[in-house]
Amino acid sequence: MGESESESEAPKVKLRPIVRLGMFLISHSHLLSVVCCTAGVLTLLLLPLLAKNTYISENALMPGSANPMLSSQEVSEANGLVKDLTNLDLKPMASGIESQRLIAQYMSNLGAEVSFQKFYPQSNQFHPLHFFSSPDSATIRENISCSSYGLNTVGIIRAPRGDGKEAIVLVTPYNSEKIGLGEALSLGIAYSVFSLLTRVTWLAKDIIWVVADSKYGEYAAVDAWLRDYYIPVFSGLGIQNAEMCHGLEENAITERDMRDGFKRAGTMAAALVIKVVDRSEQFEDSLSIYAEASNGQMPNLDLINIVNYLAVHRQGLRIKVEKMWSLLNCKWLMILGEILESLGHLAKSLNPQWKFGIPAVDYVEGTATLASSLYYQALGIPTGPHGAFRDYQVDAITLEISSRVSSNNKGRQNDFLLRGGRLIEGVIRSVNNLLEKFHQSFFLYLLTSPSKFLSVGVYMIAFALLVASLPMVAASLYGHANNLDPGFEKNKSNHPASASDELGITLRSWKWLYAAKKVLVVHLWGAVVLLLPYFICQIPNCSPTTSFVVWVLLSIFSLIILFWILGSPFSYVNASQPQQREWALLKSVTISAAFIGLCLMSVINFATAEIGALLMVPMCLMAHPLKLDVKSRKLRNISRVACNLALAFIGLPPTAFLVFKCVFEGFDGISVGDFWNWLESIWAWSSATYLYIGMIHLPCWILCIHVILHPC
Amino acid sequence: MAHLPRRTHSILLILSFQICFSTIFAVFGSVFFQEEFSEELLLKPLPDRKVLAHFHFETTAPPLSTSHGRHHHLFPKAIAQLVQKFHVKEMELSFTQGRWNYDRWGGFDPISSSNAKPPGVELWAVFDVPKDQVDASWKNLTHTLSGLFCASINFLESSTTYSAHEWGFHPSSGGLRYGTLPREAVCTENLTPWLKLLPCRDKAGLSALLDRPSIYRGFYHSQRLRLTSSESHSSGVESGIVLEQALTVVLQPNSHKTSKTFLSETKLQPSWSLSSIFGRKVTGRCVLAKSSNVYLQLERGLVTELENLQKDNAITGPDHVGSGGLKDNPGFELSVRPDKEFKEANILHRKSSSVLYEYSIERYSAFEPFDLGLTWKFPVVWLCPRAPLHSSRFLMGSGNQRGTIAISFISTDLEEGFLGANIGEDSCKLQANIFQVVPWYIKVYYHTLRVFVDGKPQAIANVVEKMHVSPSEDKVSPGVMELVLKFPCAVKSAALTLEFDKGFLHIDEYPPDANQGFDIPSAVIIFPNFQTSMQYLEDNSSNKSPMLLKFQEKSPVLSYTEILLVPLTTPDFSMPYNVITITCTVFALYFGSLLNVLRRRVGEEERILKNRASKKAGRLPQLLSRLSAKLKGKEWEPPQSPSTSSSFISSKLILKVLIVAGVAVFWQYYSE
Repeated sequence: MGESESESEAPKVKLRPIVRLGMFLISHSHLLSVVCCTAGVLTLLLLPLLAKNTYISENALMPGSANPMLSSQEVSEANGLVKDLTNLDLKPMASGIESQRLIAQYMSNLGAEVSFQKFYPQSNQFHPLHFFSSPDSATIRENISCSSYGLNTVGIIRAPRGDGKEAIVLVTPYNSEKIGLGEALSLGIAYSVFSLLTRVTWLAKDIIWVVADSKYGEYAAVDAWLRDYYIPVFSGLGIQNAEMCHGLEENAITERDMRDGFKRAGTMAAALVIKVVDRSEQFEDSLSIYAEASNGQMPNLDLINIVNYLAVHRQGLRIKVEKMWSLLNCKWLMILGEILESLGHLAKSLNPQWKFGIPAVDYVEGTATLASSLYYQALGIPTGPHGAFRDYQVDAITLEISSRVSSNNKGRQNDFLLRGGRLIEGVIRSVNNLLEKFHQSFFLYLLTSPSKFLSVGVYMIAFALLVASLPMVAASLYGHANNLDPGFEKNKSNHPASASDELGITLRSWKWLYAAKKVLVVHLWGAVVLLLPYFICQIPNCSPTTSFVVWVLLSIFSLIILFWILGSPFSYVNASQPQQREWALLKSVTISAAFIGLCLMSVINFATAEIGALLMVPMCLMAHPLKLDVKSRKLRNISRVACNLALAFIGLPPTAFLVFKCVFEGFDGISVGDFWNWLESIWAWSSATYLYIGMIHLPCWILCIHVILHPC
Repeated sequence: MAHLPRRTHSILLILSFQICFSTIFAVFGSVFFQEEFSEELLLKPLPDRKVLAHFHFETTAPPLSTSHGRHHHLFPKAIAQLVQKFHVKEMELSFTQGRWNYDRWGGFDPISSSNAKPPGVELWAVFDVPKDQVDASWKNLTHTLSGLFCASINFLESSTTYSAHEWGFHPSSGGLRYGTLPREAVCTENLTPWLKLLPCRDKAGLSALLDRPSIYRGFYHSQRLRLTSSESHSSGVESGIVLEQALTVVLQPNSHKTSKTFLSETKLQPSWSLSSIFGRKVTGRCVLAKSSNVYLQLERGLVTELENLQKDNAITGPDHVGSGGLKDNPGFELSVRPDKEFKEANILHRKSSSVLYEYSIERYSAFEPFDLGLTWKFPVVWLCPRAPLHSSRFLMGSGNQRGTIAISFISTDLEEGFLGANIGEDSCKLQANIFQVVPWYIKVYYHTLRVFVDGKPQAIANVVEKMHVSPSEDKVSPGVMELVLKFPCAVKSAALTLEFDKGFLHIDEYPPDANQGFDIPSAVIIFPNFQTSMQYLEDNSSNKSPMLLKFQEKSPVLSYTEILLVPLTTPDFSMPYNVITITCTVFALYFGSLLNVLRRRVGEEERILKNRASKKAGRLPQLLSRLSAKLKGKEWEPPQSPSTSSSFISSKLILKVLIVAGVAVFWQYYSE
């Protein structure tokens, strides 16, 4: 080409290297996109290998450097509380606020400031206009009856020599109507720590113990307390106080303390939610950490590190994070792990300094943990009451201690309380040492095991590789669609360029606007589809399956209407015959839109973007009109058709959801209603994933289907 | 036992001093009079099982005109010089650790309203200088005090940290400056210079009780220095300089928790003695002191409870009928019999009045130390008097941009006589003054002030009677808000909210390390209609102790709110590094291309290019075509005019690559 041009024109001025590089990449986009995609998927599979061990990054935390002060004395006090609570539960007439009063009595006996906080349950209504903002607290007070309220009990210890600017929060959710042994034990652990902290001299931050009434859900109770803490409403205060539904007749001192209303203690430094679950199938005590808050936000890694360090090295608890259990039995994963292990051995034999191999079992476990970590972050639903804290920029985690405790084995219960209490004490002591906010360690990470993590710099690579091919392919498609036609025409009619021809060329170069319009319309339709569930919810007595079907029908109907109003896409294709390459332009714009959407989503919720890219990028890249493929009956084309169909099938969110559910949970009891339920939970928690599915994923899928079925 | 020789030694020293001084007195007695020092200690059991100890030392110096020039024999010279140099009319400096618990330790008595201070350092001073020199005097004063007390009071020098007030905080107008350092840590290094101002230091007298570990172990520790001088030439009365030093500590008597039975009704207050709470005993008075007394105060509520108890006992046991006073009451027992007993003379509270026991230290010595002990015999639960409104301040909202400061008042239960006594029933108003200083990086929008009374929003004009706001100026002055609020007497709860924006600091205004946030100093809430004064009935009022006189003074009820912590946006301070690297890269690229452009001769280059183009195509296509030819399996045929130079260069390149690879391989093996 250079030769032919050098003949006719003056020597072509050399282009800048970066431009040349870009052109080179675009011209080889097919190869590159295949390489990038495979590399992206491979990197994702390699991530467990690249995980680093966690370490306490902030020196001031000094976990475990002090001997635990919690002794059997506090434990025996806590045992008293546990016994009283369980006895209370046995009593038939014990109802309402008996348990709260008992806990408050215990708290005030320790010298803590006690207050009650009343809250009303909040129904999870979908408000399309308040998607990101929480509903106005004034509007939720519609049907308040005296019987339907929850009562949180809050005890505060003021640090004797502290200035009261900061506080550490302990949360123990429990159901005030029916107190299980596990809940009583979690209260016991918190109480033992609380009673120790009233006496210690090292306290620099205030301690708030919130006994959250989980009658209406754990999250709701904690969220209600936090809302009162951060966004109190003054205007309704008098009314609320005036209607005293219950009689809190206490003795003089406690009554006076409690009547002073909502008590506060400075900025929250960290929060720990303690739960105890009774797992009888296990033989040793273990501790599960839940950290995911709304939209995949995570607390500072140091908080998890402290708990991990203290639990493993001090209290000898086995620590767990959530795993995808079904992945553990995957054959192919095991084989992959073995291959990687042997590769690691090989590398080690070549150079002993190359250590990247990990045992296959570890690899499988790491992958399972990573998958669940990605999934829960991607869902955007908090995995526990700690999620409420993250909304106010407080680092919080839920510690779920599972153990085999029975009320009759006293010694074992004491030992359990002692260990749990010492763990909490150690964590509080570490956080208490902190002079500044949690800032030192990571906020963006994925866990592959309780002591291994992937920082953002590592897990970005997989996503970046997946996404990188999109703009290149889009550019090459655009270039082809724009350049080839004029060249073709030029060869055909070698007339000197007239004014009308010039106009035609400029018009043709703006051809992509039609495609862009179409993409825009489909994205608009996505927004409409997002709003539909709000109306469907208004239909009374609707089973999930029927509402799902209604939703699908309505969305298809709205799609048809939109096309009818805004012009059929096929109309002008028929009008102008030479637009053979129209589908290429459409695909190019679709890919660009997908690229922009994925990049935006990766900022909001990385895990969603990662999973979305896994599903969407191959689909977008492969999309090719079926007609063209069917015309030329080569093996390559037929395989492409198969790939296209398979990817389009898996790319649709409901089918993707159901397929993964089948793979991970088995076939029994799968119905399309499950997807509706899943979606409902997503929008009820106002997760950004919902927006992603409606605004980015679904339109892209529709456009890809459009490209596949393009009549060219 | 090891202490004994030292003690005797010190006593000998003191004796010798005494002799010296007495001779001096004998000589100069006629010339200067009344340079006095008095030491007192007030002990008070608190409702929540703690003990308040309030040390009060007062040194007075006569006016300069009547004294002997610049010579003092009791009064600390440093303070006298300070007063003279900076023309300080009044000054108060307090170092505090911990928070005063207004609910449990009292909010309506002279101790709480004049000795409860916000954590950190608080300093205010009134100067007797022309208005334009006040700031300069303040600066000098802060620097001097900072040197004197080993504290960073000098940070109050910059105009962003102190403020002038109009009327909100202190009645004296003009010339007053007020500043606080909430973050200042208080420790022995601040106490030692404070003790040095005492004539006996902590070697003798009541101050010898100040055992550092035990007083810093407490729940509240506030050392205060207040200076009043009427050295001014304008005022007619000249009383000289009065230096009042007070140390207030709240200690927990270490009770060995004997009864672990919770939820049991019998909760006996812990018994304590001086030696158990301080670890020391009073071994005698400071011989330079005019008076040296220890008081034990029983609050009104406690006295009422004790009287009730006594009555109950009288009913059950007829032996105790007609006992005189509380001395032999059934509630507690004192290890030392008090020398005097005072009753509070109150008109308002007819129910009962607080009781004060006085112990004179003069008759105690190292051989017979004074160790007051209080043993509880019956569990007593009482309440302390509280301010009419319980005030608390907190931040609302989260995030890094906006927020709201809220001050909430909740009415405490008052005895009936309190409010009714002031004004008539219907027009009864409860006045509260708020004085709040906000640093400039908190940009308060004062127009967003909203007031809620009993849960209903109120028009500001209904509640706010007087308001003075001086908005903050960036990096120049803090914002000051002074408000006079009038609530209806029946108010149950009230709240004030003010919205603010968080400002950006200059890079050098951030603390050097990562921080927890920035402080908003305490607001001061004053209830001017409520005066705290405790008048004790006494037989002869001539030699009243300075502390009791102080208690008698009518001062408004005053309380401080919490310090708030505002997290400000903190930039990533590793950024400069990144910026430097990026800028360097940009500069390198820029200079590289600039040099390239400058160096280039376009005409010449074009000519060469033309020449070369006529000779051959570019080297890269050549290589590529060679490669493709090789791949296709054909023999590569060079373009029309093969140049020797190109093949030479390519072989040279290959040679270079080989050399580099060889070096790399060599290095790899060598390093292993």
